Amino acid sequence: MADQDDDIVLSELNDEELVQQMHDDLYDGLADEIVEGTNILLERGWTPYDTLTKALVEGMRIVGIDFRDGILFVPEVLMAANAMKSGMGVLRPLLVETGAPKMGKMVIGTVKGDIHDIGKNLVGMMMEGAGFEVVDLGINVDVDKYLKALEEHQPDILGMSALLTTTMPYMKVVIDTMIEKGIRNDYVVLVGGAPLNEAFADNIGADAYCRDAAVAVETAKDWMSRRQGSALAQS
Amino acid sequence: MRPLLIIACGALAREIGWVMDANDLEGIDLTCLPAELHNRPDRIPDEMRRKIDASQGKYERIIALYADCGTGGLLDELLAEKGVERIGGAHCYSFYAGEPAFEKMHEDEIGTFYLTDYLVRFFDRLIIKGLGLDRHPELRDAYFGNYKRLTYLAQTEDPALQEQAKKAADTLGLDYVYHFTGYGGLGDFIVEQSGKGAADGAADHRILA
Repeated sequence: MADQDDDIVLSELNDEELVQQMHDDLYDGLADEIVEGTNILLERGWTPYDTLTKALVEGMRIVGIDFRDGILFVPEVLMAANAMKSGMGVLRPLLVETGAPKMGKMVIGTVKGDIHDIGKNLVGMMMEGAGFEVVDLGINVDVDKYLKALEEHQPDILGMSALLTTTMPYMKVVIDTMIEKGIRNDYVVLVGGAPLNEAFADNIGADAYCRDAAVAVETAKDWMSRRQGSALAQS
Repeated sequence: MRPLLIIACGALAREIGWVMDANDLEGIDLTCLPAELHNRPDRIPDEMRRKIDASQGKYERIIALYADCGTGGLLDELLAEKGVERIGGAHCYSFYAGEPAFEKMHEDEIGTFYLTDYLVRFFDRLIIKGLGLDRHPELRDAYFGNYKRLTYLAQTEDPALQEQAKKAADTLGLDYVYHFTGYGGLGDFIVEQSGKGAADGAADHRILA
């Protein structure tokens, strides 16, 4: 795509063309172009929320589909994510100022003994893009740190990530401790990571396994609407 | 019917051949899955199933020289279904170094990236090109930013490979540690599964495509 874009001047495109071009630029991992496009949309009076959802999130959704279908690979997804991150850097303070809709809050971290965070970071970014407030605990997170964060931030969702077969069982340690403390059902627990699968998520008592960032967002939205429905039913 | 088929990761082929030669093991055939699956562990169970199914009825016994390798237990489920025994361990690093030694290394520094002889030899193909760092070197820290150390678990004492491993550590911006393991649990497992110690006479084993 980039080869065809050499002569394109973003500011000369109409809104529809610009958004389409930003999808292409995200796909190609062009961070500078994404920042430029984001600023142009804002200057034209677009709200930060619309810019985020229609230009950036939708672009990343396309990247996610092509990753799932084996058309794109991890390096390309990382480049696209870096480009989106640049755009988010422009939008984040404006989203706070303008009070964009909030879907819910998530605490997320890579479990103890594991330092891999590529997947976790992608999920965090996509969740933020989807309107969730994300508290990222980082890597090598032990049960005490998870529980402390749950108490402090009172999220709707706990997300745990692991890349290693040897570290994924630690997710059960966290969930079992939540059960012991009687707080398991206060949170939706989503788990993900390359060696995981649905059967593992079921076995450890998680609410859902998310195979990639896009699935994590859809699953989180689905659980939030269930929780809201449940709250309405009880009121 | 031949006595024994070893289905192994391609990254172990050279070492397995050496163990079989050194011990004059007879009646063993070796076939491998592509070492590139190291970067795509989700594909390992299906590829293993194909290999096993293609060999059913031709061997008295099949064993797998594969660690779990990031399949999250799915490889073990398949092997249990097929009645195929595998060498223990989550990664080849652990059966080369020995489980207790590997666990200690991991506890000492969880941010350790491990290389074996094979991974040193094919570092550029599997790591640099495999992770797209040749096209996007700026992604180095996204992949390796949380790592502190590169440990070369050496199967052979080869100064040239040590030099390459050191260079790999420099490329990734990591501290370099050298640890000689020899063939570790790999050699023991193959000899044990062959049902004999050192054999007399010429070796009779075949490397299959």
